[in-house]
Amino acid sequence: MTDLNKQMVEQYRNSFLKEVEANVEEGEWVKMCMQCGVCSGSCPLGPYWDHPPQELFMMIRAGKREEVLASSSMWMCTSCYNCIARCPRELPITHIMHGLAHYAKRLGLAPKNQPTMKFSQKFWDNLMVTGRVNELKLGLSLYFMNGLVEGIKTSLKMKNIGLGMLLTKRMNPMEMLGGHSVKDKSGFKAMIKKAQELEAARIAKFKTP
Amino acid sequence: MAKEYSFYPGCSSQEGASSSNYLKSVQSMCDVLDIKLNTIPDWNCCSASIGYSGGGELPRLALSARNIALSEKHNGGQDIVATCAACWLSTRETAERLHQDPEMMAETNTALKEAGLQLTNATKIRHMVEVLIEDIGYEEMGKHVKKPLEGIKIAGYVGCQTNRPFGIEGESFENPKYLDKFVETLGGESIPNYEKKVSCCGGALAFSEPEKSQALVKGIIESALDHGADMIVTPCPVCQMNVEVYQDQINAKYGTKFHIPVTYYSTLMAVAYGKTAKEASLEGQIIRAKKLEAICAK
Repeated sequence: MTDLNKQMVEQYRNSFLKEVEANVEEGEWVKMCMQCGVCSGSCPLGPYWDHPPQELFMMIRAGKREEVLASSSMWMCTSCYNCIARCPRELPITHIMHGLAHYAKRLGLAPKNQPTMKFSQKFWDNLMVTGRVNELKLGLSLYFMNGLVEGIKTSLKMKNIGLGMLLTKRMNPMEMLGGHSVKDKSGFKAMIKKAQELEAARIAKFKTP
Repeated sequence: MAKEYSFYPGCSSQEGASSSNYLKSVQSMCDVLDIKLNTIPDWNCCSASIGYSGGGELPRLALSARNIALSEKHNGGQDIVATCAACWLSTRETAERLHQDPEMMAETNTALKEAGLQLTNATKIRHMVEVLIEDIGYEEMGKHVKKPLEGIKIAGYVGCQTNRPFGIEGESFENPKYLDKFVETLGGESIPNYEKKVSCCGGALAFSEPEKSQALVKGIIESALDHGADMIVTPCPVCQMNVEVYQDQINAKYGTKFHIPVTYYSTLMAVAYGKTAKEASLEGQIIRAKKLEAICAK
């Protein structure tokens, strides 16, 4: 169990809803869910969720902390916003799913090797290097995220797509050497560092009411 | 006089990136419509809607806030315009979130100070499609057509993030009609009852969950073909890429024979406005849009 996870269990004993409200992006909306199920029925990857959003909301209220946070469910969100557009109570469901996913990962509870979790982290790490996404490095890091052997297999499977991108100038091998970047990298990084500090301080300051 | 906007191009439109062809065709289109795009100096990535694993809420808000602050500093008074759906969405979401939450706004400005910037947050965040519809108008868009897209049947695939949660004023989430109107305005044949027009292609999960995403793309293409489409048009770089580049893999898995071009609305406009194939960036099609090439060659 990570230290942060231990601390949160102590702090919010018996009130997972309160924990979500305090620490998860847009978490204060969870109790507004009226269990109609429109979100679950509208999700393009609905069949692949262990617990669709409506169910997650009820599980949060029922205090099923481990089951929710260790679930691969919210990592199935494609950010299509169908659920937001259709929710009769206007819950920002997409954001709550991203918030739950982020929080689960922060606590060390997200399922290991969840592919979207890995890709999402790689995307973030990639853009943090220069302030802009380097598509070539991102793509390659993704192919090799499960080791060298699988990476080579994936690369071979993807070679025609890569070739197509190359020939249409929608991919540039020179990007391996650094690539596009913001000019004010130090200002950019200092800004992100400060935002991360402020956020960590906000999470630490919440106490059980 | 040219209409001026503060332009947020986004990572995928950079030279040698996956939607560099989108940017080229947008520039050709704007040239005809007398739209001047002033790029936000030193803009950064918005983290799209997939950066959430590593980035918490505030760091993600800071990303878009930096772009808006740079725009306010250098292109003051101009609306921000994005061509990428995810860029537009992230930037507009940030602006709205910071309007609603003064505490978050204060923290964002504390972070921005580290980059020597300050956010007023008084800038309107718009998609290029909004500029076309609201500031230019269908009538004006139609006036510049030199080579109508006659005899081409085009499925208007709006996708998700240009459509939800903000969408285009006056259009519905479930059945937006503007892409069909674009097609008709340019002299092509639209498919108003294309039922997959707002279905999800899987977005970023095309990378992490390829099988699930490709099953969605299969439905999007199948429906277009059932309606007799010659090609698909979209306003979103992720939709364009996902629906175009995986067709061979889908064919191998499902035994289909898909080979249908997927272009941007700006590609269609550049062609109809009499631009060359190069100016319309037709060389950027992995599945070549031969009917458009033929019109360019006329």
